Amino acid sequence: MLKAIGIRSIDDLFSPIPAEYRLTRDLAVPRQMAESEIVDWFKQRAKENGEGYASFLGAGAYFHYRPVVIDALVQRGEFLTSYTPYQPEVAQGTLQAIFEFQTMISELTGMDLANASMYDGSTGAAEAVMMAVRITGRHSAVIARNLHPEYREVLNTYATHQAIPLKTVSFTDSGQIDLKELEKAVGDDTACVLIQSPNFFGTIEDVEAIAEIAHKRGALLIVSIAEAVSLGIVEPPRTADIVAMEAQSFGVPLGFGGPYCGVLATKEKFVRQMPGRLVGQTVDKNGKRGFVLTLATREQHIRREKATSNICTNQALVALMVNIFMTVYGKIGLRELAKQNLAKAAYAADEFSKHAKVLFAGAPRFNEFVVQTSDDPYAINSRLLGHKIVGGFPLKKFYPELGHAALWCCTELTTRSMIDTAVGLVAESEGSARSKDAQPEEVVR
Amino acid sequence: MKTKHITRKATRHISQNEGLIFEKSSPGKAAWKLPPLDVPEVDTAKLLGKQEREDLGDMPEVSEIEIIRHFTRLSTWNYAIDLGMYPLGSCTMKYNPRVNEFVSRIEGLANGHPYQAEKISQGALRIMKTLSDCLLEITGMDAITLQPAAGAHGELTGLLLVRAYHQSKGNARKKILIPDSAHGTNPATAATAGYAVENLKSNDRGMVDVAALAAQMNEDVAALMVTNPNTLGVFEQEIHKIAGLMHAKGGLLYMDGANMNALVAKTRPGDFGVDVMHLNLHKTFSTPHGGGGPGSGPVAVKKILEPFLPTPVVITKSDGTLGFEYDRPQSVGRVRAFYGNFGMFIRALAYIFANGPDGLRQTTEDAVLNANYIRKGLEGVYDLPYSTPSMHEVVFSDKVQSKKGVKTIDLAKRLIDYGFHPYTTAFPLIVHGALMIEPTESEPKEELDLFIEAMKSIAEEVEEDPQYVLDAPHNTRISRLDETAAARKPVLRWKPENA
Repeated sequence: MLKAIGIRSIDDLFSPIPAEYRLTRDLAVPRQMAESEIVDWFKQRAKENGEGYASFLGAGAYFHYRPVVIDALVQRGEFLTSYTPYQPEVAQGTLQAIFEFQTMISELTGMDLANASMYDGSTGAAEAVMMAVRITGRHSAVIARNLHPEYREVLNTYATHQAIPLKTVSFTDSGQIDLKELEKAVGDDTACVLIQSPNFFGTIEDVEAIAEIAHKRGALLIVSIAEAVSLGIVEPPRTADIVAMEAQSFGVPLGFGGPYCGVLATKEKFVRQMPGRLVGQTVDKNGKRGFVLTLATREQHIRREKATSNICTNQALVALMVNIFMTVYGKIGLRELAKQNLAKAAYAADEFSKHAKVLFAGAPRFNEFVVQTSDDPYAINSRLLGHKIVGGFPLKKFYPELGHAALWCCTELTTRSMIDTAVGLVAESEGSARSKDAQPEEVVR
Repeated sequence: MKTKHITRKATRHISQNEGLIFEKSSPGKAAWKLPPLDVPEVDTAKLLGKQEREDLGDMPEVSEIEIIRHFTRLSTWNYAIDLGMYPLGSCTMKYNPRVNEFVSRIEGLANGHPYQAEKISQGALRIMKTLSDCLLEITGMDAITLQPAAGAHGELTGLLLVRAYHQSKGNARKKILIPDSAHGTNPATAATAGYAVENLKSNDRGMVDVAALAAQMNEDVAALMVTNPNTLGVFEQEIHKIAGLMHAKGGLLYMDGANMNALVAKTRPGDFGVDVMHLNLHKTFSTPHGGGGPGSGPVAVKKILEPFLPTPVVITKSDGTLGFEYDRPQSVGRVRAFYGNFGMFIRALAYIFANGPDGLRQTTEDAVLNANYIRKGLEGVYDLPYSTPSMHEVVFSDKVQSKKGVKTIDLAKRLIDYGFHPYTTAFPLIVHGALMIEPTESEPKEELDLFIEAMKSIAEEVEEDPQYVLDAPHNTRISRLDETAAARKPVLRWKPENA
């Protein structure tokens, strides 16, 4: 090949790089490894990573069963190793799959249409707020304090540089957004109200009442959904203007936090302000149905600095996992799956309430609930770890006002015996904590 | 003439028709099964009240074999790297090793929860730390964040760091300079980060015009975003001067690492003056494109930008274990929930392990060799607008063929009939009618020869029967689609016929 090109050595090809910047030593990276060594190295790391623990963690990342057909199909090279479907004649597989994905997400969220995915739920929510700013021409946003704290942090990063002031509205004893405070917070410059339902504490918001408050002042309502399985049994936020969802629950592995699958769904009239790729149906020159990427004039490769967003790569293969999951469970299975989640969490919350305080009892909840204990949840969790159980997510870092509280999650994979064991251990710890508290009083008496 | 040009790489064969999944749905079919409930049944109406959902609308009901066939049939309508060369310029469509997929699915890694205690997250943290160390060595930079989910997200993170840095000096500055050859994400990102965009013209060799840069550079400019090698596949030979010019006026040099596949183990951006850059793990480091994602866009920086990195940052604690550090007062904040696309970190690290120092160097050399082999093979057949030496990709134009009315997109569509995915068309914008070709190191000489032969054959067809090329592709399931109609009256979801 060198001869064909007409050069003497491979180094000639690198002559455009000024000599003083050419690397003349080996990179200090690990030596080349055989496949067996690579597999072994990662298996060792897996062993150091909580393999074989029973977990009650949710908080924006949920452990649901993944039907095996998902990986069997997404590992087909034609899906795995193809590019963004810019050339529709050789990408109809990906394009039709995305069209079906958009349809199912629209159907589940109660919106008119959905895009082909965003990076994740957090960036999707931030993009939704910027979209609302473009639609309304207004410049501030009102955010629920019971929106996922890390989503709020991401939004804060984006909003700072877009000069979008954010107002945060607190929650009531039911864990739901404080409607009176919301009413006061929404003003004539509010582009949108952003809430989460089920919210970060697992309770379901009264979306209709919130929509009314937002719409009365001409603001849009954005509903973030972090636990997609809830859509099987919880009424979708039909009165919202934009749904910003994290679809990880639908067949995407926990994977220590990513890759996940954000999606935006909205009303038809807002489609031209929506970021991200969209697939549309059309016909070829023989009148045959086919699918193409469409409305590209919103996108960065056409509009450059005037684009609706800078997003380019999305989460296509993860969206395909979500797609297959939705297809497997379908109309009936998704409801039954959601019902099992509801039942497990209801049972666990009942059991916990016999020994500790379960907060926010006044509102309906899906598969998460907050347990307040006398002992520090970090201390409880480190005792649970000894029994190979990962306890609830301690809330102190984000909600110090809730004291010793933790967010617990149950899914269809949480067994009754796991719940009973965890409740037993928490009860034990509560018992000893209480007797410790009680002792000095007895001495006084 | 249609028989004269034989496509050696591809032959027509039967492919299955397949409707939308909704068109196969009927009540009673199911592909799911749940275990019996081991806790008491609940009264959903009592628990949820008016929040209970009655109906899931038009969600499908199908059996497992139908699902397998549905998606398998769809998959056969796609072109893929696994089928052959995918010469998209600037996309780096290299082989995606299967061991990467295997290790990313090992149970303790695939099922790790992002909030599990650090004590039982040491494996995941070790992967992040090792990958970070390798990427820093490869780029010659000082510190890194793995949080950004894709290249454009990395660009945004990088510019937020730039902004925070300037703010800390008392002036955020107003503008970002971007060469006219840049990817569309660069100007879009600058706008998202709240900056104005100023275009920088390329010189007649396709490189940044250093004199023009000197004239445009002033104290309002926060940074220059440069892709190196640029989108013509040309190495910016005066990159150190460019860096010097930026630094002299207090500006920063951002490098879009989309084309890093031309540089790994041969030169390091940190050494030639770059202050901040992103990498695309889904390009240079072999994580699969998956039909459009997921990507991963780590951002590497020089020491001066380290305090501003997104939280959390992986650190080694005093007891030798790894942990996340959240308390970083100067941080720009989070750009994504959790820690980034961790599954892609596993794959990228497996790729680095499989290569080692020698393999990484060989990879770069082969990528550049392959591009130059194609350049030599097609020189004279297609117009080469810039004769500047090519690195990992080469850009031709349709100047010769457009005289017959055949444009780059038409040539690309005809290439499909020859069994290849099209190259990148009509980009970079500074070349009228561009054909942007990047073979990557993955292609054996035999595949490159087939590609060259196909491109030569198409050029002959243009001379003999241009209309035949204009009507291409001829051998696909569908012919060219009406994209105008799709955009004018968008149909973005299926609806039942009686609705």
